[in-house]
Amino acid sequence: MKTIVRRDLLLALRRRSDVATALLFFVIVASLFPLGVGAEPNLLRAIAPGVIWVAALLSSMLSLGRLFAADHADGTLEQMLLGAAPLGVVVSAKTLAHWLVSGLPLVLIAPLIALQYDVEAGLYGVLALSLLLGTPVLSIIGAIGAALTLGLRGGGVLLSLLVLPLYVPVLILGAGSVEMAAAGLSPEGQLLLLGAMLIVAAVFAPWATAAALRISSE
Amino acid sequence: MTTQGIRWFWYASPQTFFPLAGKIARVCAVLAVIFALAGLYVGFLVAPTDAQQGEAYRIIYIHVPAAWMSMFVYVVMAVWAAAGLALNTRLSFMMVRALAPTGALFTFIALWTGAFWGRPTWGTYWVWGDTRLMTELILLFLYFGVMALQAAIDERRRADRAGALLAIVGVVNIPLIYYSVKWWNTLHQGASVSFTKAPSMAATMFTGMILMALAFWTYSIAVAMVRLRCEIVETQ
Repeated sequence: MKTIVRRDLLLALRRRSDVATALLFFVIVASLFPLGVGAEPNLLRAIAPGVIWVAALLSSMLSLGRLFAADHADGTLEQMLLGAAPLGVVVSAKTLAHWLVSGLPLVLIAPLIALQYDVEAGLYGVLALSLLLGTPVLSIIGAIGAALTLGLRGGGVLLSLLVLPLYVPVLILGAGSVEMAAAGLSPEGQLLLLGAMLIVAAVFAPWATAAALRISSE
Repeated sequence: MTTQGIRWFWYASPQTFFPLAGKIARVCAVLAVIFALAGLYVGFLVAPTDAQQGEAYRIIYIHVPAAWMSMFVYVVMAVWAAAGLALNTRLSFMMVRALAPTGALFTFIALWTGAFWGRPTWGTYWVWGDTRLMTELILLFLYFGVMALQAAIDERRRADRAGALLAIVGVVNIPLIYYSVKWWNTLHQGASVSFTKAPSMAATMFTGMILMALAFWTYSIAVAMVRLRCEIVETQ
């Protein structure tokens, strides 16, 4: 597992522009909203958690296509399917590496966006924590969709149709936790539910992803 | 294959199931018409007017059975998907294809009639914060996702298996819909009918609803069978 994580991270490092593109997309989407809805500070403060979460969702979905595509194209994936290592573990490792290069940067840069939206400083922690718990869930669930749409034409649009409905609970809980904290209530409930979703997804989803990979590369 | 009763594996072949599907479709179509007429008669002419909601409540005779079917068809579809993946039978995947549009239709009807019901009783067509509404909407997207995935893949076998897997993954949504009114404090009212206690409504209202539910059931079976026959003709 470690080898695959290291290999994928190394590959991502060699192609830094891919990582940067997803991150820039996140920043640009988040910056478009104030231009669209107007610069009213109170309004911006109110919509900030939702906007940041939706931007994170779209950005992580855009980078999903890369999860298996390169390995599928050069045949590495077939070797992995045939190899001795259990496919579930391989999938988990690849998903983890994917999250480290696409999800973690979002968590780190989110407070900066929150600053743009003039969110109270006390909420940065909750926002970062909710993204820290939520974005891995996005990667894990998204991997199923990425595996199902592997090598299809128009796969990107189809992928969003498959994956976005499954993202909705994460979005509601993630944005909800920040809004709870903004209202002066404890965001603990939402964060705990997010954590629970992360655990359940991490246990079951790689199995489904592995099955989907087998179907896609028959 | 000489054991008594129905020879299940005999009918697992599309060729042999084809005539039986035709028979089932005809019987169920007739039953659906009878049940629907009876249900509408009881619902609109016999059942009393509701004390709180007036005549507007009568949309329940479409809304509740459609919502039941939307969930039930999904579960049946997922069971066939699992059977198809496990046993590798062609007919199971055809059932998945045959059921998906019907399920999507009922989900849409449930949402649509719910909006029309919500307007006079809640004062709004749609509430974003309501968990049951959200989960039902997700269900509609799941149906669309399964159908889109099947349509997008040219190779038949891969299309069937990929759609089946997605259908199984989506099953997590069903308990959320079912329990959403219990787990969260929502605007949507709780269940009026349950298996464990007597229905909290007048007997005639209940009869009307059950008749409509039976009508929707038989309609679903009839339409699924017709679509299944088309699938068989198309592929064999």
